[in-house]
Amino acid sequence: MEFSNKYIIGFALALCLVCSLAVSTVAVALKDRQAANALLDMQGQILRVSGMVEQGASLTSEEAATLFEKIEVLRVSAATGEVMGEMVFNSETIIKASKDAALSTASTSNSAKKARVRRIPNDLMVLKVNDPGNECYVFLLWGNGLWSTIYGYLALEQDLKTVKGIAFYEQGETAGLGGEIVNPNWTAQWPGKKVFDAEGNVGLFVTKFGQVKKPEYQVDGISGATITSVAVGYTMQAWLGDEAYGKFLKAEGK
Amino acid sequence: MKKETKDILIGPIYPKNPITLQVLGICSALAVTTQLQPALVMSAALTFVLVGSNVTISLVRNKIPGSIRVITQLTIIASLVILADQVMKAYLFEVSKQLTVFVGLIITNCIVMGRAEAFAMANPPAKAALDGLGNSIGYAAILIIVGFFRELIGSGKLLGHVVLPSVNNGGWYYPNGLLVLSPGAFFIIGLIIWAQRVYSKELVEEN
Repeated sequence: MEFSNKYIIGFALALCLVCSLAVSTVAVALKDRQAANALLDMQGQILRVSGMVEQGASLTSEEAATLFEKIEVLRVSAATGEVMGEMVFNSETIIKASKDAALSTASTSNSAKKARVRRIPNDLMVLKVNDPGNECYVFLLWGNGLWSTIYGYLALEQDLKTVKGIAFYEQGETAGLGGEIVNPNWTAQWPGKKVFDAEGNVGLFVTKFGQVKKPEYQVDGISGATITSVAVGYTMQAWLGDEAYGKFLKAEGK
Repeated sequence: MKKETKDILIGPIYPKNPITLQVLGICSALAVTTQLQPALVMSAALTFVLVGSNVTISLVRNKIPGSIRVITQLTIIASLVILADQVMKAYLFEVSKQLTVFVGLIITNCIVMGRAEAFAMANPPAKAALDGLGNSIGYAAILIIVGFFRELIGSGKLLGHVVLPSVNNGGWYYPNGLLVLSPGAFFIIGLIIWAQRVYSKELVEEN
């Protein structure tokens, strides 16, 4: 069938109009629901790593919002370690800030290079959990594993020297090998580990499987997933070091 | 069922399976089959897109100018993919997190474009819907088989439930890491293609 040029242009315009209307209608209609999902997901991670909610327990948006009232979201300066005030809980804005040269500083430490944490945001987010019995601080951190960027939350006890728990909320490591970093049986060895060694350097690290020499602050890696394990270790060192949370930990720690 | 209907619906499941005979859609067949659940959700998303695109394209097939045929198909498919992605983010958030970019990549799944061009452009909507459904089931069947073996042998689980307790969790089963990696999927798909060609001799090319 032959079509005139006018018809072809008209057809293309009509097609674009119909398709864009359909896509934008759905996107706008579902936006609130998607945002609620994303927020609940982030809040759930914090509540689980801090022990306020059981692992694997389901959570509604209302429950999460109520529990979150017991959490202060502090804005902390990476350069000085000072608490600058409070902020809205949103991990995404912190992650975005690390990609913006005006809002972040290039990292220089060796561990940051190993974990490929190129820039540290100038303003960091620290969550102070005031729930009786579960008091702790939660820190957002991320670093590159074997295939993917691994995002997680580390919970420290009130003394800011002892690990309370860890949860990785986003990763694309090999399922069954590096992906085992989310296995509760593996993360169970984290609580109680010390952050700093005797010299005051960050000692917390993940070694190759079976190579732990200093069990008070080294975590045993996963067999068959050395790159992922060690990358997680360097991620800890990069974020708990003086370029990121380190100054805050030392200033506020008891 | 009439023979023609049956051919359209059942044909793409066996013997004209899009993955094992035409070797299309391999990329996603590798990527989302390390576990069974993403494989199931991916199959559902592909079914939606493929049936939707086949029907839509078939409805307007006599109005599509030949010179912008392919980009028209692509626009329709891309819109449907975005719809599927948005709905999943709203109602199946956990699974959409697991599937990450692969939902968006349905656009590049050769099966969708292939069926639009080869079938929907030349057949009425009802037949095109059947063809889309048949091909989706054919794709899903392979994904489920591959996902089943990869999750079971690779991590000792099915749909996240422990079937063979692994040594990492204090059990006895040493998971086979190879099955979790992409080559594992190639081996399983290769074995299925082999079995199919042993059973249906007419598929084997003459030398």
